[in-house]
Amino acid sequence: METTGTDATLLTLDGLRKAYPGVVANDNVSFAIKPGEVHALLGENGAGKSTLVKMIYGLVKPDAGQMHLKGALYEPASPNAARAAGVAMVFQHFSLFDALNVAENIALGMDNPPPQRELATRIRDVSEAYGLPLDPDRVVGDLSAGERQRVEIIRCLLQDPKLLIMDEPTSVLTPQEVEILFHTLRKLSAEGTAILYISHKLEEIRSLCEHATILRLGQVVDTCDPREKSARELAEMMVGEVLHVPSRDETPPGEVVLSINGLSLPPATDFGTALRDISVEVRAGEVLGIGGVAGNGQDEMLTALSGEVLSKPDAITMHGRPMGQMGPNARRALGLLTAPEERLGHAAAPDMSLTENALLTGAIREGLESRGFLNWGKTQAFAEKIIQAFDVRTPGPDNAARSLSGGNLQKFVIGREILQRPEILVVNQPTWGVDASAAAAIRQALLDLAQGGAAVIVISQDLDELMEIADRFTALNEGRLAEPRPARGLTVDEIGLMMGGAHDMHEAEV
Amino acid sequence: MNMIRLEKRPSPSKFWAGITPVLAVIATMIAGGIMFWFLGKDPVEAIRTIFWDPLFHETFGPYSRPQLLVKAAPLILIAIGLSLGFRAGIWNIGAEGQYIMGAIVGAGVGLAFYPSDSVLIFPLMVIAGGFGGWAWAMIPGFLKVRFGTNEILVSLMLVYVAESWLASAAQGLLRNPDGQGFPGSRNLARDYPAASNLEIISGTGMHWGVVAAFIAVIFAYVLLSRHMLGFQVRLTGEAPRAARFSGVKPARLILFCLGTSGALAGMAGLFEVSGPAGQISIDFNSGYGFTAIIVAFLGRLNPIGILLAGLLMALTYIGGELAQLMLGLPGAAIQLFQGMLLFFLLAMDVLSNYRIRLGKPEAL
Repeated sequence: METTGTDATLLTLDGLRKAYPGVVANDNVSFAIKPGEVHALLGENGAGKSTLVKMIYGLVKPDAGQMHLKGALYEPASPNAARAAGVAMVFQHFSLFDALNVAENIALGMDNPPPQRELATRIRDVSEAYGLPLDPDRVVGDLSAGERQRVEIIRCLLQDPKLLIMDEPTSVLTPQEVEILFHTLRKLSAEGTAILYISHKLEEIRSLCEHATILRLGQVVDTCDPREKSARELAEMMVGEVLHVPSRDETPPGEVVLSINGLSLPPATDFGTALRDISVEVRAGEVLGIGGVAGNGQDEMLTALSGEVLSKPDAITMHGRPMGQMGPNARRALGLLTAPEERLGHAAAPDMSLTENALLTGAIREGLESRGFLNWGKTQAFAEKIIQAFDVRTPGPDNAARSLSGGNLQKFVIGREILQRPEILVVNQPTWGVDASAAAAIRQALLDLAQGGAAVIVISQDLDELMEIADRFTALNEGRLAEPRPARGLTVDEIGLMMGGAHDMHEAEV
Repeated sequence: MNMIRLEKRPSPSKFWAGITPVLAVIATMIAGGIMFWFLGKDPVEAIRTIFWDPLFHETFGPYSRPQLLVKAAPLILIAIGLSLGFRAGIWNIGAEGQYIMGAIVGAGVGLAFYPSDSVLIFPLMVIAGGFGGWAWAMIPGFLKVRFGTNEILVSLMLVYVAESWLASAAQGLLRNPDGQGFPGSRNLARDYPAASNLEIISGTGMHWGVVAAFIAVIFAYVLLSRHMLGFQVRLTGEAPRAARFSGVKPARLILFCLGTSGALAGMAGLFEVSGPAGQISIDFNSGYGFTAIIVAFLGRLNPIGILLAGLLMALTYIGGELAQLMLGLPGAAIQLFQGMLLFFLLAMDVLSNYRIRLGKPEAL
């Protein structure tokens, strides 16, 4: 038993446990957070980070164990109680109403909102004090992701929290916006607000946090000072094994395989992004990395390449052959394969078995049908081959796609395309929500594919990933593609500019 | 405080998916029995009259047994067609209208050749009936593909248009010239042998529509489980974006599903008008097209399930009529009873996707 509530600690967790049917999310979790400390919570997907912060924020009740806040027993029955006690949280997914303005949105999240005019003044004060420019009268629907996050943060700051929990706050930000956020967080910390910071991005944690607690399979396995560890050491502490760093031999790129020539498409939906005059060439054996903040045309780019959305015939050519008007299967037959970002519902059908999902894209190149009739035996063999070659953890190919964890399904989806020997492979967010070892395996598979002479396009928000595997880097910004540049030697500033820089108020108003 | 919680299963349970229809029938019997009891009838006798007597009663059995196939065949034929669309998320609610138009077009073609005795007349009528239903279903299909209209509304509204066509045909175009001006066409079953859909085996109720229904069941089964088109139908219903990614052309699939269900409904109408009903009359349609929607869901959109559900639904119809006759149960009570069946089936559906946990809420 640890002692509870000494003067030096703000929040103490003591033997917290939470079990769900079939899985222990947290077991015997104990650690302490000091006032003004920036404390990182590290762990792979499914390590129990979310459950733990939900307990602290009063969303989930622990089965066992105790929490103490400022020495007093802390048992929040609801997020309201947690906020009243001085614990605030910024979620990964924002809960804002597009049609309301900033002040109205903030008022909705408060227990006793002051009158609008007073609130607007306070919002301006707080946003200036912490270097987070935000106009209370702007309609949220017009804000960028970074600005929306500011709304959530300011909503928390108005309540003067003692502890601020941030769940993956930088996944939607450009490098410049990340800098602004970190500046704010450091200022808060200097004023004595403790921050519990959850992120996958180890470099960020190294630059921001003083203390890290590492969770694996629901238990605390280690603590450290992340400033003294390398990103790789942190990753290995999370995974509990030595990480394989993707690598490949240097090979000169071959001839141009895929050429996109002035591709422009109107937005598919009211909330979609238009593609504007995109031109780029990809050579055999090359990995082209496309960065950018989500919602800048990544999905549209993928569907234009997959053939789900058609374009002018010459806008997309393969070996000089126009394919803009070809549907997905005609492109597959020629060797252009794709793997969309959204695994459940786009890349795979959630309630269908893995065998059926193998058929979803494999029918033509794997010869799984003849004159319309399906060869289920061969299809199942193909599914089993994917499962085996890509180490997909599942009881068997009869299991529904949605029964797999995100990482395993992603391995299946990527494996399904790679095993069909594509000449061009386009993947969108290949390691989104995937744990570190699975992500390394997927990146290695992509590199091996390029090594074998395929042209590979990787669209990703994870800049570390792109820097690791891409030969050339470019970025999507509001549907435009920047001029590609060799990935090696690019600075963070240059990358940020390609991604569109910081979306500050003046730029976003254009 | 105990409470019931629902917990989503990682994969839908095959066991529960199979057993829930049986549970739904049992629950319907219990709830229906209570209703009959409140109406002052002996619940056991009422349930027995509905489910048992049509098949095994000494006096009524020989009459009502053939009726089982006669009533089930159009339900199954229509429901099979509807189930393809429902699987793909294409909601043809207007099978009743396609059924009527199939009957009018099919009967019209037959009557145009009256009094021919060619053996080709009946097959030609079947094709014409299928065409009539197909063409009627193509209206919502074309409007949806071309203009993005809602096929539910369009197909449903076209039922009422078809009913007007029916009234018009019965009183005008197809009216029996020898009928002393009464509305209604010649009786195909009685007066026009080459166009009549007679029992193939006497006393069983087995007519060509029953044969067509069985063929449709087998066709749908093979299509859904062994053919790319069936896979695309299922994929479109499960995950439309994934279907498009997989190369499905949505417009083609919409036209295929609406067209097939329309053609089968049209054929069902033709088999009915040339056999059990006998003639085009103002009140020819009797709601098969709507009841088939229930049959399709009762059979879980599965061809074999639809076969069984069609027989069960036909049984409750015949049994319901028998109960009205024998026990004086009001017709509304019988309809309520049939409604309960659908209600319980949909309610029990939750069991195949969720498991029920009894337990305390989050421990303090």
